[in-house]
Amino acid sequence: MSEVARNNAKGPAAGSHEDIEDEAIPAMQHLLDNPFILLFLGVVVPTVLYVIWGVMEIVGIPIAK
Amino acid sequence: MALNRMFRACPMTGLKVHEPTEALIKANAVAAVVSLAVGGVLALLITLTRWPAVHLLPPDWFYLLLTAHGLNMLIYWIIFFEVAILYFGSSLLLGCRLATPRVAWFAFWLMVLGALMNNYAVFRGDSSVMFTSYVPMPAHPTFYLGLILFAVGALIACFVFFGTLVIAKEERTYNGSVPLVTFGALTAAIIAVFTIASGAIILIPTFMWSIGLVDSVDSLMYRTIYWAFGHSAQQINVSAHVAVWYTVAAIIFGAKPMSEKVSRMAFLLYILFITIASAHHLLTDPGLTSNWKILNTSYAIYLAVLASMVHGLTVPGAIEVAQRKKGYTRGLFEWLRKAPWGNPVFSGMFMSLVGFGFLGGISGVILGTEQLNIIMHNTIYVPGHFHATVVIGTTLAFMAITYFVLPAIFRREVSFTKMAQWQPYIFGIGMTMLALFMMGAGTLGVPRRHWDISFSGNPMGYEFPGAAYLMMGLASIGGVLAVVGGAMYVLIVVHSVFLGKRIETPGFERVRMREGYAPAMQPSGVALQAHGSAAHHAWAAPGTFTLAVVFLASFILYYFVNWKYLATVWPLK
Repeated sequence: MSEVARNNAKGPAAGSHEDIEDEAIPAMQHLLDNPFILLFLGVVVPTVLYVIWGVMEIVGIPIAK
Repeated sequence: MALNRMFRACPMTGLKVHEPTEALIKANAVAAVVSLAVGGVLALLITLTRWPAVHLLPPDWFYLLLTAHGLNMLIYWIIFFEVAILYFGSSLLLGCRLATPRVAWFAFWLMVLGALMNNYAVFRGDSSVMFTSYVPMPAHPTFYLGLILFAVGALIACFVFFGTLVIAKEERTYNGSVPLVTFGALTAAIIAVFTIASGAIILIPTFMWSIGLVDSVDSLMYRTIYWAFGHSAQQINVSAHVAVWYTVAAIIFGAKPMSEKVSRMAFLLYILFITIASAHHLLTDPGLTSNWKILNTSYAIYLAVLASMVHGLTVPGAIEVAQRKKGYTRGLFEWLRKAPWGNPVFSGMFMSLVGFGFLGGISGVILGTEQLNIIMHNTIYVPGHFHATVVIGTTLAFMAITYFVLPAIFRREVSFTKMAQWQPYIFGIGMTMLALFMMGAGTLGVPRRHWDISFSGNPMGYEFPGAAYLMMGLASIGGVLAVVGGAMYVLIVVHSVFLGKRIETPGFERVRMREGYAPAMQPSGVALQAHGSAAHHAWAAPGTFTLAVVFLASFILYYFVNWKYLATVWPLK
């Protein structure tokens, strides 16, 4: 634990935090608590469903002769 | 770096306020209001032109001002305000220092430069290409460059937000999960990253085309990628204003969401699926298959619509549960009757919620249905829809939270308190009229973005029924009313910030921390930072449940009325 975190952990909320740490954290909460996994999903899902799929359809349009 | 270690205790909320964050919130909020004021003046001139009996401006000025109005309102007003919300939702609610304030200031000035450059291009008179700037209509290179610079600034601001989340976690300034309002801001930031990346993909080649480095940009490719930027930008707004709804419920009522888990899952559905609805704008374009259109316009089979309905249910439900705990238990709606309707923070937020759901939400699903879309595509129904979502939904919510921000962040009393009580009603009623009558005229086929709906003097002239002109006139009256409401807002805000009475803070406490330190977590008792659910079943909020049933009945009725209408337009015999 960093010095800063130790400093903050001395606050009044520290006890309850340790209690929480004893409980198993559900997988879904792990997902929702990680902003960078959410960022990855939030960029990849629309990029695949909207952008890449849409661009592939446009690129596949036959060119008039 | 002395800049990054000053905190004060807010006597109003109990929050630990990082002073550089506070300054950045103020700067972004001021830039937002300036953009709103510019866009509002243009709105008045545009609505007086679309009013058939007035028809104020000549065509070239109409198209120029319509372009500037769209950009200043849809981009600059809203995104500056959203950056302020991101900083509030991270640094202030998590009680930590903001990551890299200097970079945040750089982002701010880049956004200001971009907005000024883009406005310069439009007011030169050779970039009246509308908000969408569809190629091959050419605009001056500074038009695209301004948008790109603004977008880069906004993207940097998003990463300052993400950096602040990392700092808060590293320094343990909060326990467990981030507060729900911060999670809503996170949702907005994630959507913003996708949105801005999409904008870069298409605006950079378009800028290169405008300076002659690229021969051409395919128009269908432009529209497809552009809308991943243009429409997704409005989904940032939805996430941000939903976060504001939760904020107001917590501030005014101390309300907890009915189910925090369900609310977070609804935000997750936004993150995954809300941006793909950009395909609405391409429903009549050949070249894209129905499979692509249906999956995308339905927000992945209505999962993101479900999320909006969850928020629309849980926010008033949370307020109802909180009110019932205070003893307002008589009948279905005593909790609502006894709500603080004279407080603009609440009244603005509640009108935002109802208007967004009933007008914006329902009309959005209609426009997103491939078959029904063809009745209203490119009619004035579309601006009617997005004035309901972006203006009644987002702008009114942002106006409402401003009445909290003025004393809490600017530490000024709200000036003209009686006017402030009326302001959300005047703006909300005016904008509701505008949206409803625009949608009515659009149903009759009145085109959007057109200076003269009858095409008079042209070989393809068309005479609309009298009802269409009547509705355009009524929409314009609503528009003028909304401009009055908007002007009241600007007057109140500007007067409060510069001339308002400074709030004395006897408990004022400035804390100088050692480099890198955040203040220790204190039990502030602020509902904004709290976790937990208020109710475990819908019957805890019977009034809200009844309103939800009314909403669903309206939704179903209007949906099938439009199918009936489609059958008359396109009869099968």
